[in-house]
Amino acid sequence: MRETDSKLARVVPPVLVIALLIAVWWAVVARSDSPIFPTPWQVVTGAWDLAQDGTLWDHIQASLVRVGIGFGLAFLVAVPLGLWMGWVPGAYYTLNPLFQMLRPISPIAWIPVAILWFGVGNLSPVFLIFIASVFPMIVQTTVGVRTIDRRYLRAAANFGVSRSVLFRRVVFPAVLPEIIVGMRIGLGVAWLVVVAAEMIALNSGLGYLIMDSRNAGNRYDLVIASMIIIGVIGLLLDGATRLLEQMKTVKWRYVR
Amino acid sequence: MSTHPHKITVDGIGKSFGDLSVVGGVSFDVRDGEFVAIVGPSGCGKSTLMNIIAGFERADRGTIRIDGVERSGPSRNGIMISQQGSVFPWLTVHENLMFALSGTRHGDKEARAHRYIELVGLAGFEKAYPHELSGGMLKRVEIARALVVKPEILYMDEPFSALDALMSLRMQTELRRILDEERHTVLLITHDVEEAIFLADRILVLSPRPTVIQTSFQVDMPHPRKLSDPRAQELREAILKELGL
Ligand SMILES: Nc1ncnc2c1ncn2[C@@H]1O[C@H](COP(=O)(O)OP(=O)(O)OP(=O)(O)O)[C@@H](O)[C@H]1O
Ligand SMILES: [Mg+2]
Repeated sequence: MRETDSKLARVVPPVLVIALLIAVWWAVVARSDSPIFPTPWQVVTGAWDLAQDGTLWDHIQASLVRVGIGFGLAFLVAVPLGLWMGWVPGAYYTLNPLFQMLRPISPIAWIPVAILWFGVGNLSPVFLIFIASVFPMIVQTTVGVRTIDRRYLRAAANFGVSRSVLFRRVVFPAVLPEIIVGMRIGLGVAWLVVVAAEMIALNSGLGYLIMDSRNAGNRYDLVIASMIIIGVIGLLLDGATRLLEQMKTVKWRYVR
Repeated sequence: MSTHPHKITVDGIGKSFGDLSVVGGVSFDVRDGEFVAIVGPSGCGKSTLMNIIAGFERADRGTIRIDGVERSGPSRNGIMISQQGSVFPWLTVHENLMFALSGTRHGDKEARAHRYIELVGLAGFEKAYPHELSGGMLKRVEIARALVVKPEILYMDEPFSALDALMSLRMQTELRRILDEERHTVLLITHDVEEAIFLADRILVLSPRPTVIQTSFQVDMPHPRKLSDPRAQELREAILKELGL
C-alpha cells in the first residue's frame, strides 16, 4: 500500500504540472488568436503528419547516429586517458591544466572551427559532439581515480596482486560509478550540441527540422513538436544511462 | 619456519606529522605465534604505529624487521584488518576472497575460499555484495579474507569496535577459536581492555602523544578465559590504572 502510494506521489504531481502547462498554453493561444503560434492540438497533428510520411524518424535517426558516433569516440578516448591521468601523477600535472582550460569553452564556440576543418557535412557535428562530451568524461574519470579510497588501494597492495588484477579488480570497478556519472554528463551535452550543430548547415536531424520548419513557411507547430521530441529523447537517453547505475557492481556507490 | 627468535622486531620507531610528534620512540619484539594487544588513549598514535609496522607508512626513524629482515613495504605475509574496513564493495563475498587468493600459490582456490567463508559463518552469502550485509557480517568477511591467504601475521586495528557489545563478544570468541585452529602471530589494537585480556598473551599500554610504551603486562591464563576470573579482574584494574582511570 505504502509502495503504491509513493509511486502515485511520484507520478501524479509531474503529470498534473505538465497538463496544467498545456492547458494554460491552449487557453492563451485561443484567447490571443495568434496566427503563428500553434495550439497543442496543432502541434500534435503536425507531428503526426511528419511521423506518417516518415521524415520525423529520419531526422531522429540522423541526430541519434551523430550523437552515437561522437559520444562513442569521446568515450573511447576519455576513459583510458582519464584512467591514465588519474593513475600517473606526471600525466595529471602535465595534461590537467590544459583540459581544465578547454572544458569551459562552449561547444557552440567551436562551430566556426568545425566548419573550417570539416566542412558542412556529417563530420562537423560529430566533431562538436566529441569535443563537448570528451572533456567532462576525462575530468570525471580522472577525479574518480584520484579519489579512490586509500584503504582499498592499501588492501590491494597488502595482498600483493599483479598489476593487471589491481586494475581489473580494484581501480576500474572503483572508478566505474564516476565513469557512469561522466557518461551522463557527456551524453547530456552531446544531445544539446547535436541540435545546435544541426541548425547551422545540414539537411537532416532534429536541429535541421526546427530551422527548416521555421524557414519553410513559419510552421511553428513543427518547431514546437521538434522541441518536445528533443526533450523526450534527452530524457530517455539519460534514463538509459541511469539504468547503468542499477548494475550490482556499482550499486554500492549509490546506496546509503 | 622462522629460525630467527623474533617474528616482529620494532626498533626505535618515531614518527611526526609536521609539528605533531605522534610516535616517540617505540621498541618491542613479538615472538612467532604470540598474540600482542596494544591499548592506549584515543589519538595517541596506535593506528600510525601499526601502519608503520605493517609497511603502509614510513617511520621518520627506527626500523621494523620481520623474521630479522628489514621491512620496506606491505606484504602478503602480514595482512591488515583496518579500523575502517576495506572489503571491496564492488565485489561479492566470494570474489573478495578470490581476489585475496589471486596473488598466492594456494592449490584449489575455490575450495579454500568456500572453507573460510564457512569458517566465519557466512555460508550462503557467497554471492552477496557488502552493502547487502550487516556490519558484523562485513567484519567477518574482512577476517575471512585475511585468513584465507594464511598470513604469518595478522594486524588488527580495532576490528570489532564498530560492532555492538554482543556482536563484539561473539567475534572475539570466534577469533579465538580460529586462532586455536591456525597459528598466527597477531598484533591487535583495541580500546577494550577486556577484549585484550580475553585474547592476548601480552598487553602493551601506550602513553599519550608522542606515544611510547608505558607498561607491558603478561597474561598468563589458559584459554578459554573467563573475565570473571579474579586474575583477569586484577589485571583489568591494573591496566585501567595505567590508562589513568
Ligand atoms: N596522515 C596524517 N596527517 C596528519 N596527522 C595525522 C595523520 N594520521 C594521523 N595523524 C594524527 O596523529 C595522531 C594519531 O593518530 P592515530 O590514528 O594513530 O591515533 P589512534 O591512536 O589510532 O587513535 P584512535 O584510538 O582514535 O583510533 C592524531 O592526532 C592524528 O590527528
Ligand atoms: Mg586508530
